[in-house]
Amino acid sequence: MAITVNRKPLSFWEKLYLPAIAGGLQVTIKHAYGSLFQGKQVTMEYPEQRWTLPQNYRGAPYLVKDQDGSTKCVSCQLCEFVCPPKAIRITPPGQDGQAADRANAEKMPKEFEINMLRCIYCGMCQEVCPEEAIFLQKDWSHIAHNRSEMIYNKEKLLALGGTHGGIQKWKHKLEEAKAQESFPVKV
Amino acid sequence: MDWNFIIFSLVKIAVVVGVVQGMVAYSVLAERKISAWIQDRVGPNRAAPPFMKYIPVLGPFLTRLGIFQPLADGLKFMFKEDFTPAGVRKIYFWLAPAIAVVPAMLTVAVIPFGSQIGNQHMVIADLNVGILYTFGIVSLGVYGIVLAGYAANSKYPFFGGIRSSAQMISYEISMGMSIIPVLLIVGNLNLSQIINWQSTHGWLVMYAPISFVIFMVASFAETNRTPFDLPEAETELVGGYHTEYSSMKFALFFLAEYSNMVASSAMMVTLFFGGWSLPFFGLDHVAGPGSLGLGIAHILIFVAKLLFFMVLFIWVRWMFPRFRYDQLMDLGWRRFLPLALVNILITAVWLYLRS
Repeated sequence: MAITVNRKPLSFWEKLYLPAIAGGLQVTIKHAYGSLFQGKQVTMEYPEQRWTLPQNYRGAPYLVKDQDGSTKCVSCQLCEFVCPPKAIRITPPGQDGQAADRANAEKMPKEFEINMLRCIYCGMCQEVCPEEAIFLQKDWSHIAHNRSEMIYNKEKLLALGGTHGGIQKWKHKLEEAKAQESFPVKV
Repeated sequence: MDWNFIIFSLVKIAVVVGVVQGMVAYSVLAERKISAWIQDRVGPNRAAPPFMKYIPVLGPFLTRLGIFQPLADGLKFMFKEDFTPAGVRKIYFWLAPAIAVVPAMLTVAVIPFGSQIGNQHMVIADLNVGILYTFGIVSLGVYGIVLAGYAANSKYPFFGGIRSSAQMISYEISMGMSIIPVLLIVGNLNLSQIINWQSTHGWLVMYAPISFVIFMVASFAETNRTPFDLPEAETELVGGYHTEYSSMKFALFFLAEYSNMVASSAMMVTLFFGGWSLPFFGLDHVAGPGSLGLGIAHILIFVAKLLFFMVLFIWVRWMFPRFRYDQLMDLGWRRFLPLALVNILITAVWLYLRS
């Protein structure tokens, strides 16, 4: 069913369009003046100015080191297994490969690659990691000349990840164990 | 053979065409910048030749102003692939951009852009039928658009072409009618004489304001600018008549549109705003052979007035929504045509009673 909209008939001035034109010119020139002389532009000039990201922003996943500067990752390959787009590829050290560079760890990955073209920033790797060795950080723009450059290797991931000042799980466990050796137990 | 005349004419043609082309390039920039300011944006501010960053203050300033953007745009048009779609009518497809550009460039020939420098009158062709020539040439510009719409053999350009032709017939008449009171008042068709008349009697916009309003609105329609940009109508017709065009042929349509803007602004300045004359500081009389400074000042005054109207064209574009097809017809046939006729009558009666 058609609906009839009751519109008020236009007055003489409204029919002339001229007051409306004047009003329009006024609005536009006000905006032009504001953006020219009062710096009221809403544009953010991207590469120079960037967003302030929220604290829990989930950007690209990087490997982190602990406070002592040693690799946290123990090459358990859980993240590789859980990664939905299969962006992570871990090469384990093998039988007689390089040992871990810290105590309480058997091994560390020989190579750890994340394909940033595949990564969907879902955060599952962070969630699944038993060693808290991988964290989604605040980087969201990756620039490269070709596709192979977008595959970040272990060295690069560790350099980008930096140290993570959170819990040092094994250090804590060690302290607990030491405490248990003396009697009575103080926890 | 008058060699003097030929040489000076060629020089004037070269300079005027060069200046108009430059104005076209930079009015595209102005369009983008002004639209950005009106919409609270920044506009083009990156394009710069590599050495610009070594010039201390001026370099970054010019870059932010976007001064080099037209050069980059031009270069881009040059190097783009000139693609011809499979289904087009080849001859007309190639002909249309040329037909659009040539009239736009021809119109400026009769515009007096200054009074006199040395013994040379600052007009390329001082025709006695200046206005008639302009109207004849300007209405040819539409054929380029119609032909482009037809040649592309595709529905959207076709609509653009049809709209353009309908728009032309509804506005050309009102435009021509709106000029008649001016001609009645001045009694001359020569544009130089019209300016001379204005320099002694005052600007014609005070004698024929309704003529000016009709002429201005009609010239907005004539140049296919918003609110009458029906042939282009990006939101409805993809790109309108130039949908199928690319590279330099597309650039030619752009060139035609902006040259038309320059020409219409020049016509408005000449007919209603005293051309190169200003009513004060003794700038209103023709510069003699000796006064070089006055001659140059007149050219600058003309260019300043021209730029004002160019800015107005651009400013209006970012303010108005597009008219609907039938509204445009309504405005052309049922409002402006009777108004123009009444305007002629009133002017004639007034002139009769005064004499």
